[in-house]
Amino acid sequence: MSALTFRYEVPGDDFTRAGEASSDVKRKLKQLGYSPEAVRKVAIAMYEGEINMVIHAGGGEAVVEMDPEEIRVTLRDQGPGIPDVEKAMQKGWSTAPDTVRNLGFGAGMGLPNIKKYTDELRIETEVGVGTTLYMKVFA
Amino acid sequence: MAAEDQFFHSVTLDSQKCMGCTNCIKRCPTEAIRVREGKACIISQRCIDCGECIRVCPHHAKKAQYDHMEALKSFSYTVALPAPALYGQFNHLNDMDIVLTGLKRIGFDHVFEVSRAAELVSEATRLLMKEGKLELPVISSACPAVVRLIRVRFPDLCSHVLPLASPMETAARIARQEAMERTGLPGEKIGIFFITPCPAKVTDIRAPLDFACSQVDGAIAISEIFPKLTDAMEHLEATEPLQHSGVIGVGWASSGGESAALLNEKYLAADGVENVIRVLEELEDDRIRELEFIELNACAGGCVGGVLCVENAYVAKARLQRLRRYLPVSRNHLQKGKEEVPYWEKDLEYQPVLKLSSDRGEALRMMGEIDRITCLFPGLDCGSCGAPSCRALAEDVVRGEARESDCIFVLKEEIRSMASALGSIGGFVPETMRKEWEKTESSGKGEPE
Repeated sequence: MSALTFRYEVPGDDFTRAGEASSDVKRKLKQLGYSPEAVRKVAIAMYEGEINMVIHAGGGEAVVEMDPEEIRVTLRDQGPGIPDVEKAMQKGWSTAPDTVRNLGFGAGMGLPNIKKYTDELRIETEVGVGTTLYMKVFA
Repeated sequence: MAAEDQFFHSVTLDSQKCMGCTNCIKRCPTEAIRVREGKACIISQRCIDCGECIRVCPHHAKKAQYDHMEALKSFSYTVALPAPALYGQFNHLNDMDIVLTGLKRIGFDHVFEVSRAAELVSEATRLLMKEGKLELPVISSACPAVVRLIRVRFPDLCSHVLPLASPMETAARIARQEAMERTGLPGEKIGIFFITPCPAKVTDIRAPLDFACSQVDGAIAISEIFPKLTDAMEHLEATEPLQHSGVIGVGWASSGGESAALLNEKYLAADGVENVIRVLEELEDDRIRELEFIELNACAGGCVGGVLCVENAYVAKARLQRLRRYLPVSRNHLQKGKEEVPYWEKDLEYQPVLKLSSDRGEALRMMGEIDRITCLFPGLDCGSCGAPSCRALAEDVVRGEARESDCIFVLKEEIRSMASALGSIGGFVPETMRKEWEKTESSGKGEPE
């Protein structure tokens, strides 16, 4: 079965570059002929994840695997970890500092949106070690 | 009435003038141009008729096709539909009736300002948004290049495009109806001509996406009628009171005009095709949440920046601001029970022209190849191969439309390795032919005598 894997480095603390990886993935998915819904779901979920990595974790790494049946996105960072995942999944709950909120980010919609736009989501996190998000969107 | 011709494009190439340079391929927002055999070729399915290549071509080899004044002869009665951008083209103009009367002097029987219909479209949009009948944010459909761009690149946004007839189409419908009532002639004897600032509008008439066929019979470029019209305007003895639109309608000529007419501050107006793409990308990712209306114009400045205008977009905009200053806000209003601004007959459908293959497994294989081949190229995006970027060349190679050695750097590398292979073969001499000094040299034991 044909599958492709792409790796991206997500730079920390640079909002001007946040979203570059998800934009590139979006362009590729369209070219590959995935359905507009699948493209939209991956693009939004991955963008939110990228922004989270910039705000909270000082960047990280994104690995995107595409095959005919599904698209898997893994976002891995060595950030502070999420102490209470259940709380973080609630809409509007945010630990983003004011400086970030002033830019229009950090409204507490990141993880809830990722959940909403993915078909499967698994979060591995450890305080002080980092967080890894495993997302899956069916083609 | 123009029949549909889905392959029609207003933007075409004059191959005599084309030097095969790479200016246009680099500027095309849909990567629709390649240089082949020394001439630019437009990939028809990808072209959105934005006119960027016309703007950038230093040899004037890209041109727009439009109708000429002779086309008026096919009709018994003709009506000109001037785009509001036309008013911004003239120096020292203080009365728009001079322009409209001038249009009648150069051969039209009547005029109907597109800005009048623009006021109706604005009102219809306001009503629909108030009633909550449109998917938010609503994206303007007035710029045909933007609509075509969305159709080929932004599948998710198709349903956000305002599904109402454009001011031009609306004007054509009303103008024809009025002309039929005024003259008693049947509709087909009446010729409706749009005075256009851009080629995208010409394409929109010949190959409409929204209606089975356009109500506009032809489009004549502002630049084409400009000399004749200015001459007629200078020799007018009296003007007729033909101007009948307000601040709102005339404002549509430049970026921000359409959105200001919605009387709702939750909007943005972006102009220039690169800026438009940036906004569409963010809209697609759900990053623009607080706005209700998105006005997009492919040309910088809006329609006054169209490639068929004669005046600098910003000068034209300044003139329009002055001209409309004392006009009423709006002079055209929807009448109850009349559908003056019709809904689109067809939904805007995504055209995946950039898709690699309809078989996803095959598409994945091709993309893997594209990535592999892209790495072989130097990444300079120089355009010498005739494709806009190294990646575009890799795509063309995988699609079977180009060769790796179209890259001059790859070719040079091949030549270099051939040369070094030749060199080493050339340096090789069979033992029987070797002279004494060659033996000593090749063994490295000393200098020849």
